[in-house]
Amino acid sequence: MSVTLQSPVVSNPSEQDPQIGAGAVLIALAGNPNAGKTTLFNALTGMRQKVANYPGVTVERKEGWWALDSPAKPLRLLDLPGLYSLDATSIDEQIARNVLLGKVGGVPAPVVTIAVVDATNLERNLYLVTQILEYGRPVVVALTMSDLAKKAGVEIDVAAMSNSLGVPVVPVVAAQRTGLNELSAAVRKVLGSVGPGAGWRLSVDAETEIDSLLSADGFRLDRRAAIEAIYGDDLPVDEPLRTAALSARERLAAASPDWWQEPLLARYQWIETIVGETVTHRQGSAATTSEKIDGWLTHRFFGPLILLGVMLLVFQTIFSWASVPMDLIDHGFGLLADLVRTNMAPGLLTDLLTDGVIAGVGGVLVFLPQILLLFFFISILEDTGYMARAAFLMDRLMHGVGLHGKAFMPLLSSFACAIPGIMATRTIENPKDRIATIMIAPFMSCSARLPVYTLMIGAFFAEQKVLGIVSVGAILILAMYLLGIVVAIAVAFLFKRTILKAPAPPLVMEMPPYRIPNFFTIAHDMFTRAGLFLKRAGTVILAISIVLWALASFPRYHAPASDANASTSEAATVDPHTIQLEQSFAGRGGKILEPVIRPLGFDWKMGIALISSFAARETLVSTLSIIYNVGDDADEKSDSLIGAVRGAKREDGKPAWTPLVALSMMVFFVLACQCMSTVAIVRRETNSWRWPLFMVAYMTALAWIASFITFQGGRLLGFG
Amino acid sequence: MSSTISLNGSTTSSLSQLPIGAHARVLSIGGTGSTARRLMEMGVIPGAPVRVIKSAPLGGPLEICVRGYHLALRQTEARTIMVSNEQ
Repeated sequence: MSVTLQSPVVSNPSEQDPQIGAGAVLIALAGNPNAGKTTLFNALTGMRQKVANYPGVTVERKEGWWALDSPAKPLRLLDLPGLYSLDATSIDEQIARNVLLGKVGGVPAPVVTIAVVDATNLERNLYLVTQILEYGRPVVVALTMSDLAKKAGVEIDVAAMSNSLGVPVVPVVAAQRTGLNELSAAVRKVLGSVGPGAGWRLSVDAETEIDSLLSADGFRLDRRAAIEAIYGDDLPVDEPLRTAALSARERLAAASPDWWQEPLLARYQWIETIVGETVTHRQGSAATTSEKIDGWLTHRFFGPLILLGVMLLVFQTIFSWASVPMDLIDHGFGLLADLVRTNMAPGLLTDLLTDGVIAGVGGVLVFLPQILLLFFFISILEDTGYMARAAFLMDRLMHGVGLHGKAFMPLLSSFACAIPGIMATRTIENPKDRIATIMIAPFMSCSARLPVYTLMIGAFFAEQKVLGIVSVGAILILAMYLLGIVVAIAVAFLFKRTILKAPAPPLVMEMPPYRIPNFFTIAHDMFTRAGLFLKRAGTVILAISIVLWALASFPRYHAPASDANASTSEAATVDPHTIQLEQSFAGRGGKILEPVIRPLGFDWKMGIALISSFAARETLVSTLSIIYNVGDDADEKSDSLIGAVRGAKREDGKPAWTPLVALSMMVFFVLACQCMSTVAIVRRETNSWRWPLFMVAYMTALAWIASFITFQGGRLLGFG
Repeated sequence: MSSTISLNGSTTSSLSQLPIGAHARVLSIGGTGSTARRLMEMGVIPGAPVRVIKSAPLGGPLEICVRGYHLALRQTEARTIMVSNEQ
């Protein structure tokens, strides 16, 4: 969804591109995760916002227009990623640091920074404020959740706090729009002024080192940059500052091994003094509501059970609810294609429109209901605080494979569809862990594989029972899901020790208090993410659809008109579509492919179906329908298609399909990366073609090997 | 790491050795890497009171309360934090 920002007031020449927004004044919104930053951002900007990425990275850049003085002169409001500190080396923190320094292309240094501070969690939230203050620029503190703090017995003397910090402190309840006018007034007041700077000092030794960097002629540093040079995770890049910082570090380290802790301790000491002077607690030690809820939700025994129940509920809803709009969309695009076909002269253009463009766009849009629903649930789980509990419960298991507890949710989402799963990996901070999670997400059996499983089982394993009660079909589907999981674990284990080698990511994770989610925020989030999928993946998918259509449509087959009477019986049984497909590049590709897929038990007709299913897995069903000439509206449950598959013969007269071939095909579908939407989204999320291409290659190789073992092993054991 | 009993009756141990529900005060953070820094940024610094809330099943992470909020960390990280157990 591209939220249009072309309102009449904004479209004056100097501000035509809201993305670049040259000339407009920028205000940055910074705060801890879960501090209520997004709600405040939405309240200030309304729908006048836009989501993009920072150049070169996949950190979301959320920007909107805030009518501070008048609607005619809105300011740019930039929502920085949620962060706890500006010092560490995570991508989010680097980006935020660079934005505050004005080092990001297209983003001027903010004239005012609004620091969002959660009143129920003052000390840790103020830590980031101490760092922002160090930049020496104007700051306004927006105190969120002050209503909740009051309920919890925390009384904050706002005026005194404002005095101690040296910047305006404004209590806001964004959801009820209270305090927003006061916030505007405070921002107007500090506009153009100089910030108070940091209120804390280090030991004499440390201050001497800082002063010597500050007074050195060549460096021209401010206090914040000097502190960063000495205490930052990384040394400065440029000489001679690097040498100066290194020798300062060595002198300080010689005096005390804990020298690096000094700014951290000083900041917290300052915070403790301020909080001690301005906040009074009148609460006992009674367990909070969140702790009571956690008594059940993270209980050793009930916690995992409840997690299982939550996931079952989500999947049940996605499978049952999403199928209705999915069928509607599918049907709608079918109708649209028919409409075009009946109203346009038959020919290449019509075919391109119906079989290429409309089928391609429909193939993308059909995923939309599932994606929207999944994002809806993911947003709810995130905003209520449950996501952190799921990561807490699953961390031991995920850690064993070398992944982070936060990888659990994305992987689970991938059982419905890998696309939202892959997009949900953004919560994983370490890039290598994130890529490892993305690389294994498509092994989770997604809903697009179900039609394939259903057809294979319907044709060869229907009505078979084990021990008289359990159907073979159910066991096979379960086995396919398990196969995907086992391979995913093995691959993650392998990758984390080879190409994505990195120390096990530490888990230092906030467990936010449970909160009732804001439904406007959730709906907004859901549509924004779905819009990103449509915009970025959609264009790639459309292009690939057209290419695949061309492969199946060229070279053209023209039914010889003179033969129509001569061999009526032949013409009546073989549909021109079937001949067209056989003679097309895709058909020829199937034949060329035959030697490669023969060891898996597949013939060239299945090869065509495999080629077309690289667009999307469920395409196998419709392609087989065309190949076996049963009409392309047959679905995976129709008896005509099942009959055709059972009756299909190879050139030598033997049946093309056996139960073993069907099993081999299912195994192939579990492991192969046959989904251009996934490829497109991996391209987008990793910002390179390297990873998606690698993914297609290694997954296809694995699928071939596993199918080979299945088919040849089965034959050795005397099956098929 | 073994517990030692000091003169004033409080015991010194690592955070991972504390029983569920125990109140303690942070004495020191071992290690120097980014994990130690992150722990301190999150408010786990010498002098800060902490309370052990629970641990996840099968030796999973530990949940503690520090500065009025809840923080999850693995046993590996908890072992680097020395605390004095307040009786």
